[in-house]
Amino acid sequence: MEIKLWINGKLINDDVSPDTPLLEYLRSKGCYSVKRGCETSNCGLCTVWLEDKPTLSCTVPLMRANNKHITTLEGLKSDAEELGGFLADEGADQCGFCNPGFLMNVLAMAKELEDPTEDEINEYLTGNLCRCTGYTGQLRAVKKYLEHKRKGG
Amino acid sequence: MLRFKNHIFPGSLEEAYELNQKRSNKIVGGNGWLRLGSKQCVSIIDLSNLGLDGIEEKDDEFIIGAMTTLRELELNKGFNEYTGGAAKEAVRHIVGVQFRNCVTLGGSIYGRFGFSDVLTLFLALDSYVEMYKGGVIPISEFAKMKYDNDILVNIRVKKADIKTVYTSFRNQSTDFPVLTCAISLGSNIKTAIGARPARADVVEGEIPKDMEKYAIETAKSFTYGSNIRGSAEYREQIAYVLIKRSLSKLI
Ligand SMILES: Cc1cc2nc3c(=O)[nH]c(=O)nc-3n(C[C@H](O)[C@H](O)[C@H](O)COP(=O)(O)OP(=O)(O)OC[C@H]3O[C@@H](n4cnc5c(N)ncnc54)[C@H](O)[C@@H]3O)c2cc1C
Ligand code: FES
Ligand code: FES
Repeated sequence: MEIKLWINGKLINDDVSPDTPLLEYLRSKGCYSVKRGCETSNCGLCTVWLEDKPTLSCTVPLMRANNKHITTLEGLKSDAEELGGFLADEGADQCGFCNPGFLMNVLAMAKELEDPTEDEINEYLTGNLCRCTGYTGQLRAVKKYLEHKRKGG
Repeated sequence: MLRFKNHIFPGSLEEAYELNQKRSNKIVGGNGWLRLGSKQCVSIIDLSNLGLDGIEEKDDEFIIGAMTTLRELELNKGFNEYTGGAAKEAVRHIVGVQFRNCVTLGGSIYGRFGFSDVLTLFLALDSYVEMYKGGVIPISEFAKMKYDNDILVNIRVKKADIKTVYTSFRNQSTDFPVLTCAISLGSNIKTAIGARPARADVVEGEIPKDMEKYAIETAKSFTYGSNIRGSAEYREQIAYVLIKRSLSKLI
C-alpha cells in the first residue's frame, strides 16, 4: 500500500506491507532508538510520538501513520541528551534498555503537563517499565529536569 | 500475532458493515487486543475516517464515538464533571498514557472483556450502545449479548441527577484488576461489579437505609470465579469492601 508520512520532519513516500507494525517500519528507516521490549503492549519501550502524542509503536498499525508526523528519539537529540544527563547524574539507569521509551514519554509529559506533582509524574510514567531499578533514581532525575526547565534551562 | 493483507479505511458505515460480514475481515479499534490474537485476516476494517472519535455533550446526554481513545475519556472535562471523576478513575490504571492514546472505547465495550474497567463504569451509568444495524441497546443488555458482526458506532449516556464513584482493586499497578466496582446514586442505586472475572454485571434497587447490609447483600448477589489474581471467595470480600468504600463516598 502507498504511504506518505513524516519521520522526524522528513517526508517519506513509500510502498509498504500494511501489517508491518509502525515499530518495525521505523527501525527499517534507521530509527534504532525504537525498540521492542514486549509482545503485549505493556512495557512502553517502543514509545514514539504520533502527531505529538506518545503512543506505542508496537501497537499502531502502520497505515494509521499515513499523512501523519512521527517523532522518535533521533528527532529529539538535544532534548534527549539534556534529559539523559540528569538520569546519568542520579545514577538512574543500570542496563539502560528502558531508556529510549522513558525519555520519549518524559519529554511528552514535559510538554503536556504544567508543573506536575510527584503523583502526576508517577502516573504519567507508569507505562514505562524498568526491570533493573526501583524507579526512585528516575523520579529524582525527572524532578530535577523539570525544575531546570521551569527555571528556563 | 494478528496477520492481515489489507488495511481498509471505508468511506461509510454501510461499507464497513458489508466488509465486516466476511469472517476473514475484522474491525480494528486501537489494535490493543486484536493484535494479540493469532488470527489470519484478509483485511482489517478501520473506522478512523468516519468521524467516530470524540465526545459530544448535549443537554440531555453524552454521545461518545466508538473511536474515542481511553485517554480522551480520561481527559474530557464535561464527562468527568458529570461522573465526578469516575471516568478518569476507571481508565487511569490501564497500562499507561501511551497505551490509552491508542485503545478505543468501541473496542473496549465491544470486547466485553471479563476484566473490563470500562464496561463496569458504563454499566453504572444510564448508558446505551448504538449498533449500526442493531440500533440502540441498553448497555446491561449488550453486556450479555453474544458477539456478532455488527458495528458499535457510539455510546450514549443519558444525563440524570446522579453521583458516581468508581473503584478498582489491583494486585499490582497497571495489571488487570482483581475486581472493579462502579456505583451511581440518584433516585435509586446502581451497583456494577466487574473483573469477577467475567463480564461485568449490574444490579439496581432502592436507596438502602442500612449501608452495611446493602454492601454484604449486594456483594453476595454476584457470582465470582477464581484465576491467578484471586479466588472467588477473595473477590467477594473485595466486592464488599469496594461497595462499602464507595457508599461512604456517596452518602
Ligand atoms: C496489555 C493489556 C492490558 C490491558 N489492561 C486492561 C485493564 O486493566 N482494564 C481494562 O479495562 N482493559 C484493559 N485492557 C483492554 C484495553 O483497555 C482495550 O479495551 C482493548 O485493547 C480493546 O480496545 P482496542 O481499541 O484496542 O480494540 P481492538 O483490540 O482493536 O478490538 C477489540 C475487539 O473489538 C472489535 N471492535 C473494535 N472496535 C469495534 C467497533 N467499533 N465495532 C465492532 N467491533 C469492534 C475488534 O474487531 C476486536 O474483536 C488491556 C489490554 C491489553 C492489551
Ligand atoms: S514493545 Fe512493549 S509496549 Fe511496545
Ligand atoms: S535500566 Fe535496565 S530496564 Fe531500566
